[in-house]
Amino acid sequence: MSMPAARSKELVWRKTAIRNGVKFPLTTHNRLVMVLPMTPANTNHVFRALADPTRRAIFEELTRKSEQTVHALTHFAGVSQPAVSKHLTVLKRARLVRHRREGRETHYRAQPDALAPMVDWLRDYGAFWRDRFDRLESLLEGME
Amino acid sequence: MSTPAESPRALVIERVFPHPPEKLWRALTENQLVAQWLMKNDFEPVIGRKFKFQSEPVPNWDGVINCEVLIVDHLKRLSYSWITMGVEFIVLWTLTPAEGGTHLRMEQSGFGPDQQRAYQGAKYGWQNFLGIMEKVLARTD
Repeated sequence: MSMPAARSKELVWRKTAIRNGVKFPLTTHNRLVMVLPMTPANTNHVFRALADPTRRAIFEELTRKSEQTVHALTHFAGVSQPAVSKHLTVLKRARLVRHRREGRETHYRAQPDALAPMVDWLRDYGAFWRDRFDRLESLLEGME
Repeated sequence: MSTPAESPRALVIERVFPHPPEKLWRALTENQLVAQWLMKNDFEPVIGRKFKFQSEPVPNWDGVINCEVLIVDHLKRLSYSWITMGVEFIVLWTLTPAEGGTHLRMEQSGFGPDQQRAYQGAKYGWQNFLGIMEKVLARTD
């Protein structure tokens, strides 16, 4: 399959850019459109951390209140303290929460900036589907 | 609480096409047609059918999306799971007759096994979470 020189050059540029960890907006029409190709180390941690409804609830609670102790979060989540601690560890690994110790209590707070991979996801998939809708429209035109 | 159908918060793409639902249904369910606008695939409109979308591989991604057919409601609804890079989403297509054609709605949502509960309006469903995310991000700007 032949490819216009400009386009082929762009693909090479884009692939090199991805390798070097550069991010750029997706193209919108009949070009290489990528679906979740960019994997900053933290992306999968964020998605997996938020895949669990209890963890999502804990994170949400932390975004509502500035800071919470493990004790308070256990009461909120309605599961055992070891379970809450486990969830917090997963959230911590995704850098969605931060903690500090004070006496016998550990206090947790949300780090909303860590949601960036999800925001990217929405933007990238939005561009992806709009492009595919355009292609569907062209296909339908040509169908009997 | 708003239902997913009313929620503006999931990733939803909608468009009215000047074609009858029968034609759109074919474009959504005949794998050779689907390949022409979406991706190469071995889809069959059979509930429980496992299939793949194959997209162009890029560094760090083999371009494969693993799917399973969840809903086949002739001329009305089609849904499949969409699993890539260890993240599971659900894609739901809804066709509604509209003036002069068909309204097509694509909703992609997900994050795994609690998805079904999200559809039933669970307190911490994906739809709800996206809304919270919006609010949180608005505050941090």
